[in-house]
Amino acid sequence: MSSLHCKSLTELRGMLDEKQISAQELAQHFIQRIQTLDGALNSFVSVTAEQALLSAQQADRRIAAGEVNALTGIPLAHKDIFCTQGIKTSCGSRMLDNFIAPYDATVVERLQQAGTVMLGKLNMDEFAMGSTSESSFYGATKNPWDTQAVPGGSSGGSAAAIAAGLTPVATGTDTGGSIRQPAAYCGITGLKPTYGRVSRFGMIAYASSLDQGGPMARSAEDCALLLNVMAGFDPRDSTSSEQASEDYSAQLNVDLTGLKIGLPREYFGAGLDAGVAQVIEAAIAEFRKLGAEVCEVSLPNSELAIPAYYVIAPAEASSNLSRFDGVRFGHRCDAPKDLTDLYERSRAEGFGDEVKRRIMIGTYALSSGYYDAYYLKAQRVRRLIADDFQRVLSEVDVIMGPVTPSVAPNLGESLKDPVAMYLSDIYTVPVNLAGLPAISIPVGFAQGRPVGLQVIGKAFAESRLLNIAHRFQQATDWHRQIPPAFK
Amino acid sequence: MQWETVIGLEIHAQLATKSKIFSGSSTAFGAEPNTQANVVDLGMPGSLPVLNAEAVRLAVTFGLAINAVVNRRSIFARKNYFYPDLPKGYQISQMDLPIVARGEVHVEMDDGTHKTVGLTRAHLEEDAGKSLHEDFHNMTGIDLNRAGTPLLEIVSDPDMRSAKEAVAYAKTIHSLVRYLGMCDGNMQEGSFRVDANVSVRPKGQAEFGTRAEVKNVNSFRFLERAINFEVERQIDVLEGGGTVVQETRLYDPDRDETRSMRSKEEAHDYRYFPDPDLLPVVLGEAFIESVRAGLPELPQQKKQRFVEHYALSAYDANLLTAERELADYFENALKVAGCEPKLAANWVMGEVSAALNKAGLDIAHSPVTANMLGGLLARIADNTLSGKLAKEVFEAMWAGEGDADAIIEKKGLKQITDEGAIAAIVDAALAQFPEQVAEFRSGKDKVFGFLVGQVMKAAKGKANPAQLNAVLKQRLES
Amino acid sequence: MSITPTEVMKIAHLARMSIHPDDVERYAQDLSGILDLVAHMNQIDVQGVEPMAHPLDMSQRLRADLVTEPNQRELLQRHAPAVENGLFLVPKVIE
Repeated sequence: MSSLHCKSLTELRGMLDEKQISAQELAQHFIQRIQTLDGALNSFVSVTAEQALLSAQQADRRIAAGEVNALTGIPLAHKDIFCTQGIKTSCGSRMLDNFIAPYDATVVERLQQAGTVMLGKLNMDEFAMGSTSESSFYGATKNPWDTQAVPGGSSGGSAAAIAAGLTPVATGTDTGGSIRQPAAYCGITGLKPTYGRVSRFGMIAYASSLDQGGPMARSAEDCALLLNVMAGFDPRDSTSSEQASEDYSAQLNVDLTGLKIGLPREYFGAGLDAGVAQVIEAAIAEFRKLGAEVCEVSLPNSELAIPAYYVIAPAEASSNLSRFDGVRFGHRCDAPKDLTDLYERSRAEGFGDEVKRRIMIGTYALSSGYYDAYYLKAQRVRRLIADDFQRVLSEVDVIMGPVTPSVAPNLGESLKDPVAMYLSDIYTVPVNLAGLPAISIPVGFAQGRPVGLQVIGKAFAESRLLNIAHRFQQATDWHRQIPPAFK
Repeated sequence: MQWETVIGLEIHAQLATKSKIFSGSSTAFGAEPNTQANVVDLGMPGSLPVLNAEAVRLAVTFGLAINAVVNRRSIFARKNYFYPDLPKGYQISQMDLPIVARGEVHVEMDDGTHKTVGLTRAHLEEDAGKSLHEDFHNMTGIDLNRAGTPLLEIVSDPDMRSAKEAVAYAKTIHSLVRYLGMCDGNMQEGSFRVDANVSVRPKGQAEFGTRAEVKNVNSFRFLERAINFEVERQIDVLEGGGTVVQETRLYDPDRDETRSMRSKEEAHDYRYFPDPDLLPVVLGEAFIESVRAGLPELPQQKKQRFVEHYALSAYDANLLTAERELADYFENALKVAGCEPKLAANWVMGEVSAALNKAGLDIAHSPVTANMLGGLLARIADNTLSGKLAKEVFEAMWAGEGDADAIIEKKGLKQITDEGAIAAIVDAALAQFPEQVAEFRSGKDKVFGFLVGQVMKAAKGKANPAQLNAVLKQRLES
Repeated sequence: MSITPTEVMKIAHLARMSIHPDDVERYAQDLSGILDLVAHMNQIDVQGVEPMAHPLDMSQRLRADLVTEPNQRELLQRHAPAVENGLFLVPKVIE
C-alpha cells in the first residue's frame, strides 16, 4: 500500500469499486501521511480527521449500495479560502483565525455531494495575496522538492500537499496565477478555468473580476474528474456562466495532429531564465512530435498586464476586505475605546503586511482625484490585453509558454522586495485579466526544481486544454515524479 | 436683503418586494432583530449578491410613469464607507449609469398653480441596517433586518423655491409611488424617507449658495418645518456675517430645529467603482413594453377623468385622487349606489373622512366598506332615508351593526313616503291644535313654523320632509 | 510617483487600519514602489479604449422575488464578537 498516494483517481476508483480498499482505509492512509509528513511542509491549516472518517464511512455505504460516481470515497483537501460549514475557514489570516464558516461554498457542497472525503483545509497566502505562500498567518508552506524553496502561491498548500502525496487532489483559486504558479513550482497539474466556469459563491473574494476556482492534481486526467464536479452554473453567483459545462474527461484522448500552437514572443524574452527556457523548448518539441504545428505570435501589451493588475486587483480587494471590520465575525481588538478604534485596531491586528499594502494601494487608486488615472486606465489596458488574446486565438488553437520566468525561489527571498515578487507573475496575470482558461503542466526540472508549461485556450476551451495536457502526459512521465523525501 | 430659497429633494422609497434586493431574505417590517438577515445581508465572507427581478420592474415602472429616460443598460457600483449598519463596508448603489435618468414631475400646488420639478435620476440601491442606541450600557446594537431592502433613490433637481413647493413635490411623488404599488409610503416606519438639500442665495444671484442636507424628517409637516427652520438658520448665519457650512443636519421634531450630525462631519471619499460581483443590467424593449402595458391609471389622469366623467370640481377630484385607495373607494361606492357622483363625493370626503380621522384609521381599514357606503347612498338616492337618518345609519354601520338595509329594518328608520300615511299623521297632529290652525287661516303666517314642528314631531322624523310639507300646506289652505 | 507619509496616514484612515508611526515610512516606500510599477501603464495612450470591468460579456441575471431564507440568527451569530438580545454590539455610535 506504500504507493497508494501515487495512484491516479481512476486507479483509486478501481480499487474502491473492487473492494481492494475501503474509503475509510484510504482516508486513514492520507491522514496518517499528513500527520507524519506535513510537519516539514506546513501545507495544512486544519486537518479534519474525524469528519473525514465519517464521510468515508458514508462513502463506503454508497459504494456497497452501488451508488457510485467517479469521486465517491476519493480523499481531497480544500484551499482554506473555500467556506466549509462548521469548520474553520481562515483564508490564511489572523482576521479569520476564529471564523467557523456557517455555510458551504458551492464548490465544497458539490464535491461533498459527489461523495468525496475532505481531509482538511490547505495553507495559502493571506487572502490569496502573494506568490509564495509565505504571507499566511499560519507560517510559510515549503516546497516538497526542496524545503528551502517556496511552493509558490497563493494556492501553495494545495500544490505542496499534492506533490508530497498528502492528498490525491485539491481545490485552488487563481486570481493572477495562484493555481498555475504553485502547480509549476511543485511539479503538478493545475487548471485555471474560464472566468465564470466555477462558482465563486462561498469562495472568499480577493479580486472578484479575476478570481476563479479550479482543480489541482498530479495529472490532467485527475483535474478533469475534479472539474466535472466543480464546474457549472450556480444561481447564487451572478458572474457564473450559464453555458452548459461538459464531461471534461470525454475528449482527453483526442489526437493532437494539426493542433496549432502559438508561442508569444513576449513570453520568451529577456526575463526568462535560460534553464527554464530549455525545458519549455523541449516540451514544445514533444508537442511537435505529437503532431502539433508551432508558430510565433505576439501579445504586444503583455508588459502592461502587471501594472494594470496591481491597480485592479488591489482596488477590488480594498473594497472586498472592508467587511472584515470586527463587528459581525472575525477578529475584534480588545477593549475598543470607540468605533474608530474598533475598526482601525481590529483591522491592523487582523491583517498582515502584504494584505495591508494591497488594501492601501487599492484605496489610493479608487480615491477621489485618482480614479481616472489609475482604475479607469487599468480597465482600458485590460481591454487591450484581452483584445490581444482574442486576436491571437483566432489564428491559433492555443498559446503555450512558461508559467513563470524562473523556478521556485528560496524561502524569504521574495519578502525583501514585493515588486520583484509581483513581476514573477508576468506570464500568468494576463490570462486572468482576459478571463481565459489556462493549464499548468509539469514538463521537467531546472536547477533541480520543477518547471511548468502553460497552455492558454479560448474561453470555455477547458476540454481542449485538458486533452492537450493529457496527451502530453501519456507521452511523458514528468507528472509522475515524486519528491524523494515523500516517496 | 431679499433671500431666495433653493431646495432639492432626495427621496428614498423602499420598494414593495417580498425579498431583499440581493438575497432571498424577507423584507417584512417589525421582525425580531437579525432574524431576516442571511449570509448575504450580513456580508459574510464568500457571499454574493443576485439581483431581484421585482426591484428592477418597480424601478422601471416609476421611470415609465413619469416619462423619464429608462436606461437600457445600467450599472451597479459600490459606495465605500465604514459604518456598523453597513455590513460589507460598502453600499451597492448606482452611480454613472442609473436605471432611471432625466425626467420631469408635474406638481399641483394647493392654490391650483402648477410647477414642474426636474428629476435628476432615480437609482436602485440597498438599504442599510439600523443602529439602536438605547439600553446597551454605552454600546450601540446593530439590527441588520433592514440591510438589503431595495430602495429607489429619487433625486430631484434643485428646482423648488419654498418649503411649500418641496412638500407639494414630495406629496406628488408619495402619491405616485403608492399608485404604482411600488412603495407603501409609510413615513413613520421609514419606507418613504425624504432628505432635503437646502440653501439660500441673494435674490437675483445665479450661483447656488452652500447647501445643508436635512435628514430625519418623517412626515410632510416636519418636512415643511425643518426646511423653514433651516432657511431661517442659514439667513441668520449669512446676515450675521458668517458662512454656511456644507454638512448633514438632523431634524429634531421635539425642539423643531436642525442640528449638525457629528457622525457625518468627516469629509467622505466614497471611492465608487463598478461592483465586480454584478453585471450590467440590460433591459429589452419587450420587457419595457410589458411594464408600460401594466401601468395603472396615474393620479393626474384619474383626476382629469373624475372631473370630466363625474362632473366633480377640480378641488373634489384632487382630494379624491390623492390616494389610489380613496379613489377606488369612491368609485366602488358610487357603482353600488348608482347615485349622483357629487352625493358620493360629499360622503367620502365628509362623513367617511371625518370618521377615519377621528379613529386614526386609513381608508383601507375603514369599518364601513365601499360596498356598505354604496348601500347607504342608494337608500338616500331612492328617498328611503333623509340626510339626518342617513347619518344615524352611517354611525350604526361604523359601530358594526350591519349594512344599511339591515339597520334601517332593525331600527325602523325607513322614511315614510306613502301619501295616505303622511296625510293621516298631518290630520291627527292638526286635530290637536285647532286654535293655531284657525290663527293661520286668519292670516297669521308666523304660526306655520309651529305647525310644521308639531307635524314633524308627530312623524318622529321619519316622514319625507318635502311630502310632509306639501300635505300640510294643502290641508291648511283647503 | 511617490506617496508621502502624510498620504499614507490618510489612506490608512480611509481604509480604517491603524499604522504604527514607526511603519509609516516603510509603507510610504513600499507603496511608492508599487506606484512606480503601475506607472508603466502610462507608456501607452488608451484614449478611446472601452474600459473592461469584466471578462464576461454577459448581462445581469435576475432572481425571482421569493423569500427563500429561513431565520438563521443563532447559527450566524454563534461566533460573533459581541451580541446581546440578537443585536451585534459596537461601541456607542454618536449620530
